[in-house]
Amino acid sequence: MLSGYTAVYNATVVDRLLAEGAIIIGRQNCDEFAMGSSNEHSAYGPVLNDADNTRVPGGSSGGSAVAVQAGLCMVSLGSDTGGSVRQPADFCGVVGLKPSYGRISRYGLIAYASTFDQIGIFSINIPDAALILEVIAGADDMDSTVSQEPVVAYSSLLSEERNAGKKYKLAYFRQALEHPSLDPEIKSAITGLIDRLTAAGHSVTAIDFELLDYVVPTYYVLTTAEASTNLSRYDGVKFGHQTAEKTEDLTAFYKKNRSEGFGREVKKRIMLGTFVLSAFYFDAYFAKAQQIRRLLSQKSQEIFNNYDALISPNAPCVAFKLGEKQGDATEMYLADIYTVFANLVGIPGISLPLFRTNDGIPFGIQVMSDQLKELSLLALSDQLMQSEGKH
Amino acid sequence: MATIYQGKYEAVIGLEIHVQLDTASKLFCADSTKFGAEPNTHISPITLALPGTLPKINKKAIEYAVRLGLACQCEIMPYNFFARKNYFYPDLPKGWQTTQHTHPICMGGLVPIKTQTGIRQVQMHHIHLEEDAGKSIHDIYEGESCVDLNRAGTALVEIVSEPDMFSADEAWNYVQELRRLVRWIGVSDANMEEGSLRCDANISIRPAGDTRLGTRVEVKNLNSTRNIKKAIDFEIDRMIRLVEAGGMVQQQTRSFDAATGTTFAIRDKEQANDYRYFPEPDLPPIQLSQSFIEQIRASMPALPQQLAHKYQTSFGLSPYDAEQLVSDKDIAVYFEAATQKTNQYKAVANWINGPIRSIINEEHLSIDQVGITPETLADIIQLVDTGKLNFSVASTRLLPALRTPGADQKGQSALDIATRLNLIQTDNEDLLETWINEALESMPDKVQAYQKGKKGLIGLFVGEVKKRSKGKADPGRVMDLIKEKLG
Repeated sequence: MLSGYTAVYNATVVDRLLAEGAIIIGRQNCDEFAMGSSNEHSAYGPVLNDADNTRVPGGSSGGSAVAVQAGLCMVSLGSDTGGSVRQPADFCGVVGLKPSYGRISRYGLIAYASTFDQIGIFSINIPDAALILEVIAGADDMDSTVSQEPVVAYSSLLSEERNAGKKYKLAYFRQALEHPSLDPEIKSAITGLIDRLTAAGHSVTAIDFELLDYVVPTYYVLTTAEASTNLSRYDGVKFGHQTAEKTEDLTAFYKKNRSEGFGREVKKRIMLGTFVLSAFYFDAYFAKAQQIRRLLSQKSQEIFNNYDALISPNAPCVAFKLGEKQGDATEMYLADIYTVFANLVGIPGISLPLFRTNDGIPFGIQVMSDQLKELSLLALSDQLMQSEGKH
Repeated sequence: MATIYQGKYEAVIGLEIHVQLDTASKLFCADSTKFGAEPNTHISPITLALPGTLPKINKKAIEYAVRLGLACQCEIMPYNFFARKNYFYPDLPKGWQTTQHTHPICMGGLVPIKTQTGIRQVQMHHIHLEEDAGKSIHDIYEGESCVDLNRAGTALVEIVSEPDMFSADEAWNYVQELRRLVRWIGVSDANMEEGSLRCDANISIRPAGDTRLGTRVEVKNLNSTRNIKKAIDFEIDRMIRLVEAGGMVQQQTRSFDAATGTTFAIRDKEQANDYRYFPEPDLPPIQLSQSFIEQIRASMPALPQQLAHKYQTSFGLSPYDAEQLVSDKDIAVYFEAATQKTNQYKAVANWINGPIRSIINEEHLSIDQVGITPETLADIIQLVDTGKLNFSVASTRLLPALRTPGADQKGQSALDIATRLNLIQTDNEDLLETWINEALESMPDKVQAYQKGKKGLIGLFVGEVKKRSKGKADPGRVMDLIKEKLG
């Protein structure tokens, strides 16, 4: 759709990085319009996982994850609407931070779902992620939804926080670890970690989360609704793909441009979103999903009133083979079960590369904290990385 | 109250009026809103909806919408938000219009209009904020359309009335009143020719006396005040003919063709778009504090109806004079300034509504461009009131002289100039005596007739003296002297 399109302005994050002397060496491949969990939906073809070239890197920001994994760059940016930073970080064995909704300006980020999208950071360690976050976060005149909260000096305060040796109150969703879709190898790795954390003096509590099976449907109803209109601007009139064929009228012109220009996955989501927003189905889908989202936010508040952080898998499985899950869209969507919660309620989440399978495929855990508590999240993450010998 | 058509139908009309707010920049970005620029020159990445761009609300537009809401006695909603109205059109860059749907900024409201039976308050439904689309132009190149996005994203308010008008005249008066109001409070120039005020009408008919609403037709494109009346009258007539012929009115959207004075269907109910409204996710809800609203309320000027009332009760003016003075805010301001200098309120009103309005109309000026300050006008009135000048000389001779560029800069007062032009009425009784004798001697037969009882001839004598004195004789005094002389 955007083949040959060159942006005429810089995203706020790019300007802020350049202002601090960052050297930007390239653009990354990703799933088209950030829609996908395997990076197999790209106009440029799939990205390969550097740990095993027959496997996917995860998605949608798979290129960004592999660039750091393969040592092509120190840090890279991606976007995370439902796990698109944390899941590829998990599949590629790097750190992937999705900050709170509104922590980083979205100006210049191609919108997928406006109330979910957040720019995220890939790095090999926590201090690098903290430094980048400090540079790119904060209020921006060009984004009305960005938080006005002052930016904490994440980078300099990080070691102080970590060295305090704080004992954390952690929680995990019982239903998440017991979910039938979860790979036993991942489950046992996390159970082992919980034991070590408890032994180290932290408290780890299992809490109930009855709404777990609703998070993916809620997420797909709301994000596709937003996406279906966010992508309306790609109509071939002002920029983007324009059909070479002669069309008889305006409607045919639009249909051709968009049918030719968009890939399958994007078209599927536009149609789904158009459906759930249509007058006849709005109440049954969009309005209901909004109600569930409010319930989830309440749940999140309750949790963080009592706990410092929530730990969880990033994905039910490790990086799978290219093409392996192409046939089953529902299974692919359901694989987002652990990551979409953070986007639905706007909290920060980070993927920490703590483990490998017996076959040497990397995976990790996800840690989430309350809104705008990135410093505490990064400090806890740094402590975990150290105690698990990943520094 | 309602006009009865053909003895058995009444029409019900609701209006949707779009008014372009007079903000320097657009509703969601910093692009200029200046009218008449080269096509596609006020188009930032945000207006063009380039990937990654986001909206940012223009606070002035919120303030203006609140001003209008207060002027129309609306309830100002402290919590309101935008929605996306989704549809595809080349002059709509994002593929949706950002508008307010379920939670507009102002609810309810009343607009006073003139009707045959006096002033009536038309009930409003709400006022909401939205962005304008660009312009599609189809008649420059054969077979091709051009799009100018300069206007895209300009701030509009849509003012939606209840179906609470019952004739084309009432609808026209409503538009006139709203146009005066938005200009009065300074939120728009409401210029229909430049499209800064646009009007759609919802029209239905029903048997007279019925309280249910008939099937409505929306007529778009009523883009001049003349067209509003013509289109509504045409549409009412069309519906009545249709029903009389045994047909049924279809719910439709129709467009007015100014060239033929007729309306034609552009969309049936079945073809209505599903706009898939949902809350605009890129803009947080607007939260208005009570102090913000009160601040705006405190800065509101007195409104035309309030002033008209004051002019009648405090200044003793007739309803007509009062209404004339508030037809335009500049005129009301001028009037008030003049009344600071003289308490001859009626005379000020007469001068403004008479000679000064003639100049305004003939020369297409605003009152401030006429060249007579309120102070000068008060001086002229003083001269007339004290008998130094008569009204007709003052308006035909002194007023033009005072308007001569630089007249007031020479430090000359109205009295100085009247004296220089030899316009001051004389109080020299000998001189009056001479003019009167000359006048009467010139028409001995009329004098005789007067003395025989044709007392009406006195006016002729006074007129003759006026002529001979070149306006310097005080007509009242002259009349007294003539009466004395002729018995």
